[in-house]
Amino acid sequence: MAKGDPGVTTRGRRAAPRTKRAATAGEPELVQLLTPEGERIESAIGPDGTEYRADFTDEEYRGLYRDLVLVRKLDAEATALQRQGELGLWASLLGQEAAQVGSGRALRTQDMAFPTYREHGVLYCRGIDPIMPLGLFRGVDQGGWDPNEFKFNMYTIVIGAQTLHATGYAMGVHMDGKTGTEDGEAVIAYFGDGATSQGDVNEAFVWASVFNAPLVFFCQNNQYAISEPLERQTRVPLYQRAGGFGFPGVRVDGNDVLASYAVTRHALDNARLGQGPSLIEAYTYRMGAHTTSDDPTRYRIASEVEAWQAKDPIARMKAFLTKQQIADESFFASVDEQARTESVHLRERVLAMPNPEPVTMFDHVYPNGSPELDEQRAQFSKYMESFEGSAH
Amino acid sequence: MSRIKEFNLPDLGEGLTEGEILAWLVKVGDVIELNQPIVEVETAKAAVEIPAKWAGQVRAIFHPEGTTVEVGTPIISIDTDPSAGPIEESTTDALPTPSAASLAAVEVAPAEGAVEPGLIGGPAPGGRTAVLVGYGPRTTAAKRRPRKGGVPAQASAAPVQAAPAPAAPAAPVSPAPVGNGNGQAGGLVLAKPPVRKLAKDLGVDLTTLTGSGPLGSITREDVQQAASATPAAEPLTVAAPATAAASFGADREQRIPVKGVRKLTAENMSRSAFTAPHVTEFLTVDVTRAMKALDRLRERREWRDVRVSPLLLVAKAVLLAVKRHPMVNSSWAGDEIVVKDYVNLGIAAATERGLIVPNIKDAGRLSLRELADAMTDLVQTAKAGKTSPANMSGGTLTITNVGVFGVDTGTPILPPGESAILAFGAVRELPWVHKGKVKPRLVTTLGLSFDHRIIDGELGSKFLRDIGDFLADPEAALLAWT
Repeated sequence: MAKGDPGVTTRGRRAAPRTKRAATAGEPELVQLLTPEGERIESAIGPDGTEYRADFTDEEYRGLYRDLVLVRKLDAEATALQRQGELGLWASLLGQEAAQVGSGRALRTQDMAFPTYREHGVLYCRGIDPIMPLGLFRGVDQGGWDPNEFKFNMYTIVIGAQTLHATGYAMGVHMDGKTGTEDGEAVIAYFGDGATSQGDVNEAFVWASVFNAPLVFFCQNNQYAISEPLERQTRVPLYQRAGGFGFPGVRVDGNDVLASYAVTRHALDNARLGQGPSLIEAYTYRMGAHTTSDDPTRYRIASEVEAWQAKDPIARMKAFLTKQQIADESFFASVDEQARTESVHLRERVLAMPNPEPVTMFDHVYPNGSPELDEQRAQFSKYMESFEGSAH
Repeated sequence: MSRIKEFNLPDLGEGLTEGEILAWLVKVGDVIELNQPIVEVETAKAAVEIPAKWAGQVRAIFHPEGTTVEVGTPIISIDTDPSAGPIEESTTDALPTPSAASLAAVEVAPAEGAVEPGLIGGPAPGGRTAVLVGYGPRTTAAKRRPRKGGVPAQASAAPVQAAPAPAAPAAPVSPAPVGNGNGQAGGLVLAKPPVRKLAKDLGVDLTTLTGSGPLGSITREDVQQAASATPAAEPLTVAAPATAAASFGADREQRIPVKGVRKLTAENMSRSAFTAPHVTEFLTVDVTRAMKALDRLRERREWRDVRVSPLLLVAKAVLLAVKRHPMVNSSWAGDEIVVKDYVNLGIAAATERGLIVPNIKDAGRLSLRELADAMTDLVQTAKAGKTSPANMSGGTLTITNVGVFGVDTGTPILPPGESAILAFGAVRELPWVHKGKVKPRLVTTLGLSFDHRIIDGELGSKFLRDIGDFLADPEAALLAWT
């Protein structure tokens, strides 16, 4: 799905032309293009004076809505599968759909993404079959896809480690001379607010900065590092940390898919043009548990969750589409139906996932095997064949 | 047949073994949708809602609210095609009718594994044997494929296919983990994670303990002592099965989970036996005079209401002998030997919960009368299962009265941290050479084990000899030694 670049056309008939400064007293300073009530803001000014706009065709607006709903439904299905004993673990993205879909759709085909283990929405936008990570969480395979084919690296469980991988990758892109033009290549690294306390992430900031790496640090600040609230992680807003490392930082409303898109697209374009890294803090909220092994009711209060419920990314998009008559009830019903069908399909395929043959653990260790490994494999096969009813 | 599906409690969070049913959100007869929340379950990690795995009609609920259920245990059965009409007669017989009956059956005897009448052994829908309990060993056994050329296949499959469910995995789950160790109630509890794990395994509530570690933190020893003292709700391992006959599987073997006092005893004994080099010596003594002295003691008016047993004299003998050989009352601390000026005298007691060793604090300072009272109190408390953790800890030297079981002696194993333990055998009337003639005399055998790292043969022998001398002629020993 190709999205319009920021600032191409103005949709005067729908959006009240007004500009919102990011720094509004009392409110968190963030770039917002769609209010929680579904009101469209024409453009927003970032902390460094950058004006952010995002203009889409009706078809694209509906596409974004569809993405949000599908991503949420598939995520809910995975959570249910875990509760039913079909997955070992699941890290739900509930509440963070807009940050992921907005940034994911802002990526261009040539751009490379480095996810955490929660970027199911970005994965979806990259065109990867949502079944792919489920094998990992079901414990039947390594959850593998070809990172080069989809320009989407493997899920990284180690907190923040992927920011270093992304920095190295982006430095390589820069050294290969793939930056500096409008069709240049950019890299995006996803991480959470908790990861900003990691040494890895701070090292990545340093290296990306001094090597001018074409990298967008995309931090989904979902307010909790598992149970640790943001105020125990930082004394300054996270996006302001970028200044100390020597690159721009901006906070965007992570529940606003349009702003998330616009801000990410702008940062990626800067990167591909050779202007170096930037940090985006997508201000959002994890509506569910950290993972299925977590119980958020132990460390946060219901009123806080309710307050964020009112900022739901899908509800505001739906309100906007309805108000602007871009979509009607039959469209919403068809999206719901599609989501239901795809989630049932996903469930069926998860349940049908074959258990791996034990001998496959020797696969994919080295590209062309090794004598020692081959010997181990042969010994193990022989051992497995000593059982009755063995298939080999 | 396969339209009836049973849902097993899954591992809800990376390695959990059990969960507590907090609330059922559906009831028998309800028609439910796929992914509709059916039950709230609380695990050690989180309280979560479980969504229905299948759409259909609730046919039976196997565990009432408040029950702790092991992972892998069926908790609900769902008719996935209720519109297809009633289940055929033959099937209905083997299944619980959707009524309160199944629930009631569980409530009556949850600790015994909640065996559903009519379910066990009968092939359930889907061809699997219906068991409401039995996660773990049996599953493993069932999954293990036979080796080629080995025993016929049914041999290993038999325990699963054949009727009675081994009761071992059905041992009641410890109620302890609920609300435990979170530091919620009773303020902050300091304990390292392995200690918390141990406490959970042993069913010890950390909030009830006073820590002896740095900053008042609870140590492994604190937990172990509390575990042997706490009158835990879980019965001693062997008590679990309803009937002995039912507890043996088709292989005529019974598997008893090792936990509680048994686990603690095993750990302590193994540790001691394989770290402290034990030496055991024996001494057979004519205790006729001592028994007569006891009789005279009983006749005294001020001792009339006091329980006076031969063990009392043995305890006194040990305490006096320690005064003459203080090195035996010591413990090995790696690069130093800790010699104690006080004797916390342990008395091994067989209780319904197993072996426990409460001790009498600073017993060396007590008069004989005080010692007698302390011993009576100690034994009664132990038999009632009310020995406090404090009375279990800090023993320095122990007596084990194997004579009460009618045997002559033994080679006791040292309680960890102690250097000597005395076995007191049965007092028997035996032919004995007394004053140059063979006469029937009251004779007993003492067995002393000691830690050879600290106590050499000479010291150990002298100590045992002194105990024997006292028991041979207590009055003379008292006069000579005190």
